[in-house]
Amino acid sequence: MNRATLDLWVGVFVAIGLGSLLFLALKVGNLSFAASGETYQLQAKFDNIGGLKARAAVKSAGVVVGRVAQIHLDPEAFVAVVTMNVDNRYKFPRDTFATINTSGLLGEQYIGFDVGGDTENLKDGDTVKKTQSAVVLEKLISQFMFDKAAGDTGDVKK
Amino acid sequence: MADNQKAKAAASQKKLRNSLASPRGPGGHGQRLAPERSLLAQALIHLGHTVTDRLWRLGFAAHFFVAVLLHSGTALRRFQLTIREIYFSGTLSIIIILVSGLFVGMVLGLQGYDTLERYGSSEALGVLVALSLVRELGPVVAALLFASRAGAAITAEIGLMKATEQISAMEMMAVNPIARVVAPRFWAGVISMPLLAALFSAMGIFGGYLVGVKLIGVDVGSFWSQMQATVDFREDVLNGVIKSFVFGILISWIAVFEGYDADPTAEGVSRATTRTVVTSSLSVLAADFILTAFMFRGL
Repeated sequence: MNRATLDLWVGVFVAIGLGSLLFLALKVGNLSFAASGETYQLQAKFDNIGGLKARAAVKSAGVVVGRVAQIHLDPEAFVAVVTMNVDNRYKFPRDTFATINTSGLLGEQYIGFDVGGDTENLKDGDTVKKTQSAVVLEKLISQFMFDKAAGDTGDVKK
Repeated sequence: MADNQKAKAAASQKKLRNSLASPRGPGGHGQRLAPERSLLAQALIHLGHTVTDRLWRLGFAAHFFVAVLLHSGTALRRFQLTIREIYFSGTLSIIIILVSGLFVGMVLGLQGYDTLERYGSSEALGVLVALSLVRELGPVVAALLFASRAGAAITAEIGLMKATEQISAMEMMAVNPIARVVAPRFWAGVISMPLLAALFSAMGIFGGYLVGVKLIGVDVGSFWSQMQATVDFREDVLNGVIKSFVFGILISWIAVFEGYDADPTAEGVSRATTRTVVTSSLSVLAADFILTAFMFRGL
């Protein structure tokens, strides 16, 4: 086999290999979002973040607008501080309400923004004031059970 | 004591060229046991000899690895040598990788759907297929295929070159066989392996898509979007590439070493080829466990 044919086939092989790597990066992984442009940082404090993890999505009206960058515990107030990177294209009013939601029954958790009506927008480094913690299924169930047990006092309305 | 002779032959061959410090074999341990020794003593001597021999061989392999790295200048400078080998171990492996990747992905699609369906979360099929391929199956299965297809070929080729005294002829002509024969094959394997693994994963995901979306009818939107939401580039894709890179180094190293160390007979070459496939498959699986423990459990 002469040199040009050899080079051609090796070139084809390398191109196919790199192509599949690109496919894995862009179509399978989520590199496209992480790489696209500028973000600004917001913080939010939650009493309980449930199963929220770093790199979880931040969604508004179901659209992914950012990712959770980092989660740590505030050592004084004992609340979870969640740092989020939000896409620069999206601005949210200052009275935006951050909740931790679950996609589907077994799905992963994400932060949802319910937009308020303030005229001023959140800026880089701001803290979202109004938050709602994750719903912990065990708490919900035990609450329900206790309510049931105390049903005769009239707490549970059917 | 074929092993010992071989070791000595290899050692003397090494001495011929001063590029390597001559490795020392286990030496006198190998003399067949005097008949008056008790059975226990014989067994112990045999055990000790086996262990020393293995250790010595491991050391020789490590030494050989360093020699290959030191002499890879030619392989990288005259890259045409390496390109030729990439053609043989990479390009010619495309078909087997494509077909097996497709089938593994399709089986994952069927099996994954069957299990996920029971929990009412069949939309997560894309996540299951993509994660298992990108993290584990892609690098590992591609490496096993690569070891049996390309690794065995490399061993047989180098072993035959040795058996037909081509290697010695090169040394006579002051051509360093490690630089001219071994290093290009080593680097070709290291370069081909990650590309083949990526190809395998991509093809497998396509196979999962074919079965999941086209055949069974999982929603196409949630198939891709859940996959994209869950699979992380650095955490999953890049770690898979690192894995396959490590496997490439392991397989190529074992293949060239077994070839270079083969007994220069027909039987020796066939044994070396078998050893390449067995050893490299086992070390790929063991290395996979270690890498996974570090990458995904954060040990």
